[in-house]
Amino acid sequence: MMSPRVIAIREEVQGRNDLVAAMNRERFERCGVFVLNIMSAPGSGKTEFVRRTLADIAPWGPSPYTPDDGNYDRAHSSHLDDQRKVRMAAIVGDIATDNDARRLGLTGAEVVQITTGGYCHLDAGMIAEAAAGMDLSGLDVLVIENVGNMVCPATFDLGENLRVALLSVTEGEDKPLKYPTLFKRADVVVINKIDIAEPAGYCRELALENLRRVAPQATIFEVSARTGKGMPEWYTYLRSQVARNRVAYAEVTPPLTSSPGGRS
Amino acid sequence: MHEVGLMQEALDIVEDHARRGGAKRVLSIRLRVGDDSGVMPDSLRLAFDALVPETIAGQARLDIEAGPVVCYCPRCNDEFAPDDIFYECPWCGTRTSDVRAGREFQVVSVEVE
Repeated sequence: MMSPRVIAIREEVQGRNDLVAAMNRERFERCGVFVLNIMSAPGSGKTEFVRRTLADIAPWGPSPYTPDDGNYDRAHSSHLDDQRKVRMAAIVGDIATDNDARRLGLTGAEVVQITTGGYCHLDAGMIAEAAAGMDLSGLDVLVIENVGNMVCPATFDLGENLRVALLSVTEGEDKPLKYPTLFKRADVVVINKIDIAEPAGYCRELALENLRRVAPQATIFEVSARTGKGMPEWYTYLRSQVARNRVAYAEVTPPLTSSPGGRS
Repeated sequence: MHEVGLMQEALDIVEDHARRGGAKRVLSIRLRVGDDSGVMPDSLRLAFDALVPETIAGQARLDIEAGPVVCYCPRCNDEFAPDDIFYECPWCGTRTSDVRAGREFQVVSVEVE
């Protein structure tokens, strides 16, 4: 009879996801597209934040849908005159329904829905599959809107360039302390719904202090995706990131003459 | 609760190595769960109990070792172990997001026969 023995393994459990994420990242780089992974609790306003971004700065915007929602404030619309448009598409993850994809599709952008069927987060394999049929080479930005959940999505690399965590003023100033993993791994934190900060009893100083202690690396934006307040600062930042990505991409890759990452 | 999916991945890795090593059965499994890995050891144990009967590791014991967080302070040019979720240098108070250890989630080893 064989005696017990120990096999050393030392393998990362998420290694397979990380491998697919690396392949995604390679394809995104080859196509020169900058990829956002947007994460938050359900109800923080991810879809509205993405919708407004698509409607305001994508080439087909501002969509007629934008001023019609009754909350649109022209005071925050100076960016609409800006000719530096950003070509965008979106992948949206939900447990059930394609409501968000239909809502985002009204902007005119290409939107691919992933319905996870109970799965609490997106993983790199789902993104590879969803992105397979998209013509990425014609895009500047691909927005991935993750499943509404502050825990599970935080540790899954999808191959993105920028991790964005959303938080709304109604969720409590201590949310970053309760869900540190998400915020510690975020490049950007967006505080949303600042138009209702006062009735929500939101303490801005406390929220910012908590955020800066938990996530000192994060760039913070304070916005109302509904009224548009604070959104121009986010657009400026996004444009600068896209420009930086293009420069980095041009340095490592000769210009494309065809689009190998296109539809197949 | 993504721990079920993660535990399944871990058991796939275990089975793979155990079979390649010519093992008849797995006696114990050692995992390392970093304190900043976002993975909950208690949830892992629940997932393990649910999933393991179907595998070569059906009778195995699960050992989970903790992975303490180690941060780097760019100002002191030194590593430190934070006391809580605030990664602040104990010497100079600098807040850092430079994490050198504690995010790992690994299958460390298996004991087989």
